[in-house]
Amino acid sequence: MLDFIIAKYNFWIYVVLMMIGLFAMLAKRNLVKKLIGMNIFQTAIILYYVSIGVKKGKVHVPILVGAHGHGEHLFKAADYLNPLPHVLMLTAIVVSIATTGVALAVLILIYRRYNTLNEDEIIELRQAEQEAEV
Amino acid sequence: MIWQLDFLLCVLVLICAIAAINIKDLLSAVIILGAFSFFMCLLWAEMGAVDVAFTEAAVATSVSTILFVGAIIKTTRRSKD
Repeated sequence: MLDFIIAKYNFWIYVVLMMIGLFAMLAKRNLVKKLIGMNIFQTAIILYYVSIGVKKGKVHVPILVGAHGHGEHLFKAADYLNPLPHVLMLTAIVVSIATTGVALAVLILIYRRYNTLNEDEIIELRQAEQEAEV
Repeated sequence: MIWQLDFLLCVLVLICAIAAINIKDLLSAVIILGAFSFFMCLLWAEMGAVDVAFTEAAVATSVSTILFVGAIIKTTRRSKD
C-alpha cells in the first residue's frame, strides 16, 4: 500500500493542487482570489492530462527525426512519448486564457458599479438596490 | 524523466499555489501566480511535453499576468482575505 502511494506521488500532488484551487474558488471572498483559484484548478487538470502521456525508460520527445524525405522513416511508437494529450491540452491553455480575460472584464464592470470586489459587500449592495426599487 | 527534479518542481508548484491564494495584497498574489505558471512550464518541459511548455511560457505566464495586473490597476489592490 505504501509502495503504491509513493510510486504514484505525482498524482497525489495533482489532487492536492486541484483541491487548493477548488478551496480558493469556494471559500475566498475576493473575486480576484476566486479567479486565481480557477486558474490553479485549470492548470492542475492540464498537468494531470500531460502526465498521462509520460512513459518511463528511454523515450524520445515526439519530434520525428528525418522527416520530409530525408533519412529513413524507421521509428517505433513505443520509443516516443504519447503526443495526443499534449495536443489536446494546447487548446485547453488557450481556452483558459480566454476565460480569464472575459472574467477580468466582467470584474472591472462589477467594480465600476459597486466600488468593491468583496462578494459579501456586493450581495448586500444588490439587496439594498432591489429593496430601493420595490 | 528524473524523479528528484520532478518532485522538487511539484513541491515548488504547491508552495506557489498556497502562497498565491493566501497573500492579502492582490498584486503580489498575481505575480506569485505568474511564478506558479512558470514552474508548471518547467515541469512540463521536464516531462517531455515541450510544445505545451512553450505555449504555457508564451501565453499563460506573460499574457495572463499582464491581464491580471491591468485589471488590478483598474480596480483595487487590497483584499480582505
